[in-house]
Amino acid sequence: MARHRHAVATALLAALPLAALALFFVYPVAGMVGRGFVPDGRFEPGAVLEVLTRPRVHRVLWFTLWSATAGTLLSLVLGLPTAYALHRLRFPGRDLLRAVVVVPFVLPTVVVGVAFRQLIASSGPLGGLGLDGSAVAIVAALAFFNVSVVVRTVGTFWESMDPRREEAAAALGATPWQVLRTVTLPALRPGVVSAASVVFLFCSTAFGVVLTMGGLRYANVETEIYLLTTQELDLTAAAALSVLQLLVVTGLLVLAARVRRSPPTARTARPLPRPRWTHAPVLLWTALTLVLLLAPLASLVAASLRRGEDWGLQNYRALATTGADNALLVPVTEALVTSLEIALVAASLALLLGTVVAYLVSRPGGGRPRQLLDGVFMLPLGVSAVTVGFGFLVTLDRPPLDLRSSALLVPVAQAMVALPLVVRTVAPVLRSVDDRQRQAAASLGAGPLRVLATVDVPAAWRALLAAAGFGFAVSLGEFGATSFLARDDDPTLPVVIYRLIGRPGAENFGMAMAASVVLAATTTAVMLAVQRLRGGSVGVL
Amino acid sequence: MRIRVRSLSTLLTVGALTATLAACGSSGSSDAGATEDRTTLTVVTHDSWAVPDDVLAAFTEQSGITVKVQPQGDAGQLTNKLVLTKDSPLADGVYGIDNTFGSRAVDEGVLAAYDADLPASAEQLRLPGGEDRLTPVDYSDVCVNVDDSWFEKEGKQPPTDLDDLTDPAYEGLFVTPGATTSSPGLAFLLATVAAKGADWPDYWQALVDNGAKVTSGWSDAYEVDFTAGGGGGDRPIVLSYSSSPPFTVPEGGTEPTTSALLDTCFRQVEYAGVLAGAENPEGMQEFIDFMLGREFQQALPDTMYVYPVDADVALPEAWAEFAPAAEEPLAVEPADLDANREKWLREWRDIVTQ
Repeated sequence: MARHRHAVATALLAALPLAALALFFVYPVAGMVGRGFVPDGRFEPGAVLEVLTRPRVHRVLWFTLWSATAGTLLSLVLGLPTAYALHRLRFPGRDLLRAVVVVPFVLPTVVVGVAFRQLIASSGPLGGLGLDGSAVAIVAALAFFNVSVVVRTVGTFWESMDPRREEAAAALGATPWQVLRTVTLPALRPGVVSAASVVFLFCSTAFGVVLTMGGLRYANVETEIYLLTTQELDLTAAAALSVLQLLVVTGLLVLAARVRRSPPTARTARPLPRPRWTHAPVLLWTALTLVLLLAPLASLVAASLRRGEDWGLQNYRALATTGADNALLVPVTEALVTSLEIALVAASLALLLGTVVAYLVSRPGGGRPRQLLDGVFMLPLGVSAVTVGFGFLVTLDRPPLDLRSSALLVPVAQAMVALPLVVRTVAPVLRSVDDRQRQAAASLGAGPLRVLATVDVPAAWRALLAAAGFGFAVSLGEFGATSFLARDDDPTLPVVIYRLIGRPGAENFGMAMAASVVLAATTTAVMLAVQRLRGGSVGVL
Repeated sequence: MRIRVRSLSTLLTVGALTATLAACGSSGSSDAGATEDRTTLTVVTHDSWAVPDDVLAAFTEQSGITVKVQPQGDAGQLTNKLVLTKDSPLADGVYGIDNTFGSRAVDEGVLAAYDADLPASAEQLRLPGGEDRLTPVDYSDVCVNVDDSWFEKEGKQPPTDLDDLTDPAYEGLFVTPGATTSSPGLAFLLATVAAKGADWPDYWQALVDNGAKVTSGWSDAYEVDFTAGGGGGDRPIVLSYSSSPPFTVPEGGTEPTTSALLDTCFRQVEYAGVLAGAENPEGMQEFIDFMLGREFQQALPDTMYVYPVDADVALPEAWAEFAPAAEEPLAVEPADLDANREKWLREWRDIVTQ
């Protein structure tokens, strides 16, 4: 009887995020894909299958797979040691570095594209490498954006991992390499797989990066769907690619779910060690990664301090204006306030829904339905933003659900983007809680809420705060969905930056660069504040 | 008892979501319920919309109608969104469909008829075949620009026409945004189609062989690769607009350092129209008349970098001097364009991306 009630309660709890997903993802995507399958009122699956035989589609698919794989591997190679240095060691300036690492992830791609290209274009400081317009540049840019995801998700997980097993192994005579291979990596696996699957989804659906860095020579599924939908109105071909994308992503998620299973590890809260000389390789590697991340940012800052031949702060002073010849309808400062307000709503929504999902999928047992739930909430990352965006237009267009002109649409769309990140940050930590602790608490008379408050929340609150900050940052920088849905009277900061960079004149270009630096600084400040909050509370526990 | 507490909180959250959704729904349906509302007007535009608030306020004062503007991407995206949503239109009217996509919007039945009173100079800018659906509001000329100061410094003669761009003397100096990813890029492809006819693929092959660089968007080409752009690139020939040179007048200087090659231009005409099924078609008609009026036309060059269709409206001083429009722009027949757009783009992609 109790079990039955439990199942009902779980189902009710799951209904909330599922309803949101159905409404803001499944329904719009189905509507758009449906148009491709039923072009003129007749169901024509043959036409869709025909699209998949085109040689160009094969090329596009192949490029998507290998560029995303390479981007994921590079992100891991750069990100894992950095996650260790920033989350398992204690040194001055660490909090700032942790905050800075997130910045690339939230910068608008068009800005990063310009900053990156200024470095590698033949006239730039790295022009000699001949990277401009090459596939190498695309992979490098993919890693630039996604290293932060690896550092964040794996770092949060690593932070709460019990170091005693590693210490025990070392005390028993294992070399550092043996400890890493036999103790650390297996224990870390769920976090790494979580991060890798998110990064792979981001890489395989990268849009702006591929367009800007590839110089049109390369196309992935995402850019192809964009061209087919917005330029050629070939909905059948776009639907074919969307379905293909969905199938591949689902397959990968099933695979990832298999690998992610892991034994629980107990956790302790204790001070992290200071770096010793044995940490030198890790620290060097981290320094190298940081240099790679900071180089494009430095090029951005340099550009923001320059107007034509003159150096100075004039671009920053101009941020309170509407630009040369009224390029903007609202000043950058006002757009920043709008962005912060929207981000607050979006982050709260993502945290609410994401925590519910993470809680549900991390319960021990539950089997297939839980795995399914876990995977389903990753799907939004794996489907073309264009398909979702156009889907909004063609499905949510009638009362009682005419959401096209609702002010809530932008934060809701951003929350859907941040949701998988919240789940992936919180779920591995919750999952690694030893269920015996819950059982012990329950047998001592604690009710389910009490168990939650005394066992799960103390274990996961760092991850919750990390997820909240990450969600906020994602929303601050989100451009794709926002530009699709935003209305003109209240543009967000990335939308304003995009406008500025698309207009002639040194003043507008300088302002775009300065506004990007402001966005980067705001993100850093938000992440730092979250860090402080987490740090400050450690003493209480 | 405990279970009941949990179920209750669950119910509360579900209730909260339902309430949120209901709120979304009601805010949406307030638009739909506004059938009688003749005082607001929703207009979808391309992303370059930048008309100052005081101009719109003047319209509100004169007509009692408040305009709500919703940018929806570039001209192509805008047109295709309208085609996809024609059964349940996004707005009352549209501004920003151009002559590269105009025939699609007309053929798909997106627009309602409205025959506006045009200034004489705008008659020739009407869209053939869509005269009663789309009203020309402004135009711009997409032309090859050169950095004169660069050529002077190198002691070289700058190119003057399309053929020069395939001359080995200018190898590796030209950069253009792509036709599949940018509006000016598509305009330039059409310029070459107009100039070279069926031989345009050979011309593009020669361009590519001569080291032409293709970027995804205008800002990439102009701000990163162009020598006179914000990033100080290394290519002194770029595809931009005839109105770009005035922006390169150095601070304290009197003359721009760049110029447009007026024999390479494709004219992009931008139109406004009433959407079929609009809730407030009369309001949009009134707004179209306002767009053809002096105040709106005068604001166009400074805010959206385009020429007014009304030739009697004075251009800004720097434009009059340094940004003349092309006298004989290259043009493609709309019917020809509509029949071949996708084919040309596909061929172009094969040449450029091989």
